[in-house]
Amino acid sequence: MMKKFAVLLLTLFLVCCASAAFAKDIKAAFVYVGPVGDGGWTYAHDQGRAAMDQLPYVKETKYIESVPEGAEATRVIMGLANKGYNLIFTTSFGFMDPTLEVANRFKDVAFEHCSGYKTAANMGNYFGKFYQGKYLSGIVAGAMTKSNTIGYVAAYPIPEVIRGINAFTLGVQEVNPAAKVKVVWTSTWFDPGKEKQAAESLLDVGADVLSMHQDTPATLQAAEERGKFAIGNDSDMRQFAPNAFLTAPIWNWSVMYTKIAEDVHNGTWKGEEKWWGIETGIVQLAPLSDAVPQNIKDLVAQKQQELVEHKFKIFSGPIKDQDGKVALEAGKSFTDPELLSMNFFVEGVQGTIPK
Amino acid sequence: MKLVIERREISSRLFRFSAPLVSIAVALFVAGFLLLAGDINPLAAYQEIIVESLGSRYGLSETLVKTTPLIFAGLGVSLAFRMQIWNIGAEGQLYMGAMGATWVALFSGIQNHWLMLTAMFLAAFMCGGVWAGVAGFLRARWQVNEVIVTLLMNYIAILWIDYLVYGPWKDPRGFNFPYTAVFADTARFAEYFNTRLHSGFFLALACALILFLFIERTIWGYEIKVIGSNPKAAQYAGMQTGMAIFGVLFLSGAIAGLAGFSEVAGLQHRLQHGISPGYGYTAIIIAWLAKRSAIGVVIVSFLLGVLFVGGESLQLTWQLPVAFVYAFQGLILFFLLASDFFIIYRPRLIRR
Repeated sequence: MMKKFAVLLLTLFLVCCASAAFAKDIKAAFVYVGPVGDGGWTYAHDQGRAAMDQLPYVKETKYIESVPEGAEATRVIMGLANKGYNLIFTTSFGFMDPTLEVANRFKDVAFEHCSGYKTAANMGNYFGKFYQGKYLSGIVAGAMTKSNTIGYVAAYPIPEVIRGINAFTLGVQEVNPAAKVKVVWTSTWFDPGKEKQAAESLLDVGADVLSMHQDTPATLQAAEERGKFAIGNDSDMRQFAPNAFLTAPIWNWSVMYTKIAEDVHNGTWKGEEKWWGIETGIVQLAPLSDAVPQNIKDLVAQKQQELVEHKFKIFSGPIKDQDGKVALEAGKSFTDPELLSMNFFVEGVQGTIPK
Repeated sequence: MKLVIERREISSRLFRFSAPLVSIAVALFVAGFLLLAGDINPLAAYQEIIVESLGSRYGLSETLVKTTPLIFAGLGVSLAFRMQIWNIGAEGQLYMGAMGATWVALFSGIQNHWLMLTAMFLAAFMCGGVWAGVAGFLRARWQVNEVIVTLLMNYIAILWIDYLVYGPWKDPRGFNFPYTAVFADTARFAEYFNTRLHSGFFLALACALILFLFIERTIWGYEIKVIGSNPKAAQYAGMQTGMAIFGVLFLSGAIAGLAGFSEVAGLQHRLQHGISPGYGYTAIIIAWLAKRSAIGVVIVSFLLGVLFVGGESLQLTWQLPVAFVYAFQGLILFFLLASDFFIIYRPRLIRR
C-alpha cells in the first residue's frame, strides 16, 4: 500500500514538474514596420495579434508600431526582450538581422521573424505563400483590363515581391495573354504619398487596372479618383476604394500566431522555417467585386480549389523570362529554395530589377 | 496700441544658465495638456520617460547610443553657426561620411584593426568635409547662399547612397534588399558593458572637447568669432574671410561626416537605405539650443536622447499611437525653441 502510494505521489510530482517546465505563460510583443492603422500589412498582423491575445495562456500582447528597419529596430527589439517579453514577433524583412542580433543576446526568449531567411535555435521565421493569392488576383486583373496595360506599384525588389509580381502576371496571362504588367518601384513599404504618385504615373501611361505590393491602400485611392480598377494587398481594402476595388490577396495571420503561441506554451516550439500555403488559410482572397463577370468568378474559385488540393502549381514550366529565354522547362516546377530566392521577371512584365 | 518685440536688457549669467531649464519646464507643462487629452497622467509619463532612458544600465546605454550621432552632427552645425554660416546640410554630410567609412571598410582590404578604423575616420572626415566644402567654396567665391546649397545637397547625398546600396554596393547575399554586406570585425568599434554603447560615444566627447579648446583657446577660434559677429571689421583687420568661410564649412561638414562613421562602425555595421532618421536636421535644433557652445551641444544632445529613447516607452506602456509620440516630441521641441526666443526677446505693447 505504502509503495503504491509512493509511486502515485512520484507520478503526480513528475507530472507537475513537467507541466511547470513546459506550460509557459506567454507575454508576447510585436514590432511593426508601419502603423496599425495602415489598412494593409501591419493592420493584418495586428488582427492576428488580437486573435492570439484571446488564448487563455497568453497573458499579454503589446506592439510597437512604425519602427524603422535598421539600428533603430535593434534597440526596440532589445528593449522588449529586456522588459520580459518571452515571445517577440518582428514583421518586416529589414528586421531580420536586428532580430538575430538580439536573439543571440537573449537565449531564453523566443523570436519569430516574418519574411526573412535566417534562423537560430531561439529564432524562427514564418511566412505564407502569398504568391498563390497574387496569382488568383492576377486572373481578375487580366479579365478586367481593356487597355491590356496593368500597373503594379512595388516596394523593394526582394524575392517576395518579385515572386508576387510573377505569379500575378501568370494569373493575368491565364485569361489574357496579350496584357502587360508595368512595374514601378517605390523603395518604401509605407509612404502613402509616394505610393499614390507611383500609381498615378502608371495611370498616366494607360494602365486601367492597378495592383500593388505596398502596405497602404494609396494605390487603390488613386484608381478610385480616376475611375479605374485596382487590386488590394494584405487586407481587404474595399472600404478605401468602394468602386475601384476588385479583390485582394489577404493575410489571415491568426492561424499562424495561435499555432506559434500554442507551441511555445507546450514547449514544442523550435526556431524553424515555416512557409504555409493557401490550404492552411493563412492566405486568402477577399470576396470579388460585383463588377467581375460570373465566369471569371468561377475560374478563380476553381483555380483556388486546385491550389488547395495541390493539383496545380503556379510556377510550372514552360515559363519564359522577360527576354524570352526559357527560365523553366516544360514539365518542371520550381523548388521552394528556388521560389524563395527568385530574382527574374517572367515574360509579360515590363520593368527592371536593379542589378 | 502696437505690439513690438524687443531685446531684453538683462543678460546676467544666472539668467543665461537658467533659461534653457525654464524652456524645458514650459515645454513639459504645455506638452502635459496633450498627454491629458490622451487620458494619461503627465507626471507618470514623465517619470516613465526618465526611468526608461536613465533608470537602468540598459536604458542609459541606449540613450548614450542615441546621443552619439546627435553630438557629432550638432558640433558640426554649431561650429558653422559660430561664424553665422548656416549649415543645413549635416544630414547629407552624415550620409557622405558613412559612405567614406563604408568604402574603406568593404573595399580597402586593410587587415589591421586600428589602421582600418583610422582610415575609416579619415575617409568619413574627408567625404563629409568635401561635401560641405562645395557650399563653402560657392559662398566664399560667389556669395551663393549656403542655406540653399547645403539643404539641397542633402537630397543628392541621400539619393546617391540609395544608388550605391541598391546597385554596385548591394550585399550579394542580401536578396536585393537595399544594404551592403556587413563589416568584418576589424571595421567595428568596441562595445562596452555588454550593451550597444560603443567607442563612437567617447570619440564624440573627445571631439567636443577639442572643438571647445579650438574655439576658446586658439587664434583661429577667435577669428571665427570675430568674422561671425562683424565681417566688415574682420576684413579691415586683415582676416582672410573667404578662406575662413570655406575652412569652417569644410570642418563643419567633416565633423558631421564623423556621425556617419560612428553610426556604421559602431552600430549598423553596414551602410543601408535610411541610415539616419534625421539626425542632421535635429542637429540644427541642438546647435540653436546649445547657443553654439560645444559643451552645450553635448548636454542638449543628451537631453534629446532622453526624449527620443524615453518617448518610445510611451508607446509600449500606454499603447499610444506612434503619431501621438511624434506630436509629443515635436511639441517639446517647438516650445523649447519658442521659450528660448522669449527669453532673449520680450513682446511689449506701446501706445501710438
